[in-house]
Amino acid sequence: MNSLWSITLATLTKDIRLEWRSKDALNSMLFFSLLVVVIFSFSFDPLAEESRHIVGGLIWVAFLFAAVVALNQTWARELRNQVLDAYRVSPAPPNALFLAKALGNFIFVSVLEALMTPLFVVFYNLRVLGPSWQLLPIVILGTWALVVNGTFFAAMSLRTRSREIMLPLLLFPISIPAVLGMVSGTTAILTGETSARFWIVLLLTYDVVFTTACLALFGLVLHAE
Amino acid sequence: MKRAFPILAVLTAILLSYALYEALMVAPTERTMGDVQRIFYYHVPSAWTAFLLFFTNLVASVVYLIRRNPVADAVAVVTAEVGVVFCTVVLVTGPIWARPVWGIWWTWDVRLTSTLVLWLIYVSYLILRRFSDSAQTPVLAAALAVFGALDVPLVYFSIWFFRTQHPQPVIGGGGSIDPRMLRVLMINWLAFSCFAFLICWSRYRLERLRREVEEAQALESLLGSGDVSTKATVPPNRSRQ
Amino acid sequence: MNSLKYLYAAYIATWLIHAVYLGSMVRSYTRLRQQLKELGNGEK
Repeated sequence: MNSLWSITLATLTKDIRLEWRSKDALNSMLFFSLLVVVIFSFSFDPLAEESRHIVGGLIWVAFLFAAVVALNQTWARELRNQVLDAYRVSPAPPNALFLAKALGNFIFVSVLEALMTPLFVVFYNLRVLGPSWQLLPIVILGTWALVVNGTFFAAMSLRTRSREIMLPLLLFPISIPAVLGMVSGTTAILTGETSARFWIVLLLTYDVVFTTACLALFGLVLHAE
Repeated sequence: MKRAFPILAVLTAILLSYALYEALMVAPTERTMGDVQRIFYYHVPSAWTAFLLFFTNLVASVVYLIRRNPVADAVAVVTAEVGVVFCTVVLVTGPIWARPVWGIWWTWDVRLTSTLVLWLIYVSYLILRRFSDSAQTPVLAAALAVFGALDVPLVYFSIWFFRTQHPQPVIGGGGSIDPRMLRVLMINWLAFSCFAFLICWSRYRLERLRREVEEAQALESLLGSGDVSTKATVPPNRSRQ
Repeated sequence: MNSLKYLYAAYIATWLIHAVYLGSMVRSYTRLRQQLKELGNGEK
């Protein structure tokens, strides 16, 4: 168990360092996120009284698109340098690679969300009417739900034609309960009309089930050539 | 074995015709909805058949993951495809039923919406199978089937709770059912199950043929070109179905 | 009554969907049979 975590951390820090040095992906992602928020603000009138009910959905759809763009380049570097082949023959557990990638994606997407949220607050004049602390578990659990399956399906899509479209095609249907949870929970907290507790529990269950499934089956995907 | 197929086909055709007659003529007219309710006799059996097929796909996928048996993989492909066909019927007949009865095409009804998500998952499964170039495609597809199965209860519960917060009409109605209607329902279910079995059998034979052609093509590319080279020959791309 | 057309639409739609799928199977079958025959002749 010790080696699993040390390998995971080593791979994770390497990824973060590489990402930070190049900053290519980071910058374009940031700008993309800003564009998404602006486009949505034009498409869905922020001044309407009912906007508080739909903003939850808008925010998470925006996060979803940003996440897909980020997830699509998860394995790009590994693919370019034949790292995956090296990993297959090494005695390192495949889960370490998966966890490192998933955590890296989680951090990356969280950064994007942290940058997009103030923009949404500004454009939609958001005020939270319900218990705002509950937003934190929803964001964490929701982001992890997207990222854990996204990292897995990104690996599955590696050997497919139209790789970039394959990822959302696989990810979106499976993510429906999680997306429903994120959106409903966020809306419940923003409007303060209902309790978000069920949705938080749902997201937690979803995360536990699919993190387990991903860890159990990633070895198969890694060795699929 | 060869003789059994046409015999079963004829029997199934007769059964389906009988079931249709029962649905349109014999079954009593529903009090509130009228004759439109008879869509029920096609909608519900198709749903049950689709679920049965998808469940078979799950079992075949798990068997494949454990034993790597090619027959299990073939069964998985077959049941996924035929399941999607029956699921499409459910999703088309559902709104056609809802429109005259409730005035709206879609009501985010728990069962119908869960069926929609199941349809989406299995369509993505079929797309993965078609677009994947890996020799391990069956393994990946089987993993996806497992993910889909894990997702289904979560889908159901999330939509169910969502609906308690946003109540809307229920398609298909709950509650008890008139025994005469139940009888007609069961006859139609039997007929459609036999029909599904026939289609799966045909599709399985087609799958065997497809794999046979693939092997023949691979063999020919190894032997047929005639020139000897030191480089290893690469087998051709999987022939698409 | 008006709603009967929905009943017929549903039943026809059902059989149309099945017909399309069965038709595609028949087409694949003939195509593959043809390919197999060609491969058999090619090797001779």
